[in-house]
Amino acid sequence: MIRSVIRYGWPAAIMLLWALFAVGGGWLGLDPNHIELSKILLAPGSDAWLGYDDLGRPLWDRLVAGAQTSFLVAVLVVLISTIVGTAIGSISAYLGGWWDHVIVRIIDIFLAFPGILLAIALAGLLGPGINNVIIALGVVGWVGFARLARAQVLTIKHREHVQAAQALGTPPLMIIWRHIIPLIMAPLIVEATFAVAGAVISEAGLSFLGLGVQPPESSWGSMIRDGARYMLVAPHMVLVPGAALMLVVLAVNLLGDRLRDRLDVRTRPRE
Amino acid sequence: MKFLLSRLASALIVVMGVSALVFLFLYMVPGDPVEVMLGESAQPADREALRRALGLDQPLLTQMGHYYYNLLHLDLGNSLYSQRPISEMLLERMPATVELALASLLVAVLIAFPMGVLAAVRKDTPWDQGAMGLSLVGISVPNFLMGPILILVFSLWLGWFPVSGRDGLISLILPAITLGTAMSSILSRMVRATVLETLNEDYIRTARAKGLSERLVIWRHALRNALLPVITLLGLQLGVLLGGAVITEVVFSWPGLGSLTIESIQRRDYPVVQACVLLISLAYVLVNTLTDLVYGWLDPRVRLEGGR
Repeated sequence: MIRSVIRYGWPAAIMLLWALFAVGGGWLGLDPNHIELSKILLAPGSDAWLGYDDLGRPLWDRLVAGAQTSFLVAVLVVLISTIVGTAIGSISAYLGGWWDHVIVRIIDIFLAFPGILLAIALAGLLGPGINNVIIALGVVGWVGFARLARAQVLTIKHREHVQAAQALGTPPLMIIWRHIIPLIMAPLIVEATFAVAGAVISEAGLSFLGLGVQPPESSWGSMIRDGARYMLVAPHMVLVPGAALMLVVLAVNLLGDRLRDRLDVRTRPRE
Repeated sequence: MKFLLSRLASALIVVMGVSALVFLFLYMVPGDPVEVMLGESAQPADREALRRALGLDQPLLTQMGHYYYNLLHLDLGNSLYSQRPISEMLLERMPATVELALASLLVAVLIAFPMGVLAAVRKDTPWDQGAMGLSLVGISVPNFLMGPILILVFSLWLGWFPVSGRDGLISLILPAITLGTAMSSILSRMVRATVLETLNEDYIRTARAKGLSERLVIWRHALRNALLPVITLLGLQLGVLLGGAVITEVVFSWPGLGSLTIESIQRRDYPVVQACVLLISLAYVLVNTLTDLVYGWLDPRVRLEGGR
């Protein structure tokens, strides 16, 4: 852990901090919903740390609580998307035939919704709450992995070691798991890294729109949304969660870039 | 011709699938959608009326048949909130979204092309690293952060632009910059990649071997050929802009389809939500298909591969 932090520098350090605060924030004795009426909209400073919001709640405590939200959503969404997408994509490519045709069409249909529009609609219909955010982003997220896994499996399913396993009568699922998945791990890991950045932005975006976690729960997106109303008098309300969000996303993206160079992965496999 | 037909056929399948998925939206509402839309205090008679109006009392396949029939006749029903025809509401909001998308595309192109070309031509120099670093920062700043910061600096502090709304060209500038810079971050990386790829082609080596000046090689030979794939990118990005503008529209209270979507979600006006999502996605599919066709028309190699 320490060694990789040194090798990957500050992006890894920021991700580590994010994860530590998300997992261990509960033991810091923070109270994100504590209200101090005398400190409403107080700017960051020696007696206010990161300042206070419009209700007099400490921004530092809310920032850590928001880190928990974004970390939980990102980890679960990327985990679900990776597993479901890889399974569907690789099985589809391996089996081929009409099943593959149907899956390709379904992938095309999901990709026809631009950006996070589908997630917005789903989160809006399902109603607010962190569970529904995870469901909405998961339903949208698997598609990218399915497409990637499918393209990768197509290129290696005719390799000799796969044919050897087939000749030995190994069942298809076992072949995919043992002999194919290990070979397509590198691009999947890179994709998953970028997906973490995407999930963090999407969660914050949904919460910004009021479709994510509900008050008094904290999310960086809803903090920015609340702060936007007090831009002129208390810009720290937007800048503090904004800086945290930007740093985490930037760190994840940089890490993804470096992993891609290191693992030597083409972003888009040639089709 | 074969290329055209196969491309149109797959677009048609996608359109049918997208509409089916949007149709199923009402079934994703937890509990009884009618109850959610009308609230708990609604009279049973009103509920029955809405259930009948939405066709929810019919078998699923009948509903679906009606749905496609009405879609083909461009009849989207009425808003539950304002009782107005939904198609009318969409037409009212569409110009704002298209205007914003085109303006953002312009901003994105103006930033991304010089940046991408510069980074490619001066590969691995500080210019390249600076441009790509900037683009990574751009990708990492979401629109709902960029927007408020631009508002703070240029509207509240400097007072140059209105904070929100759509009132003349001047109110278009900040939302277009918000969306355009986000887009240019992705676009500039793609421009860089395509130019780099072109610079490795044989005809570039030939041009250089002929003794042409480096400037001529780049402008005459490399950029012209690199432009072709970039057209596809532009088409894709325009599609993304049509749909991805939801959050930016909300930030700037821009009266387009995106903010209509969010308003309707808040009012539980689900038929309008369905119609908005459907329209935006169909516009996206349409732009993508057109882009593909234009690309195929410009570059015979694509046409041949696609038709096979």
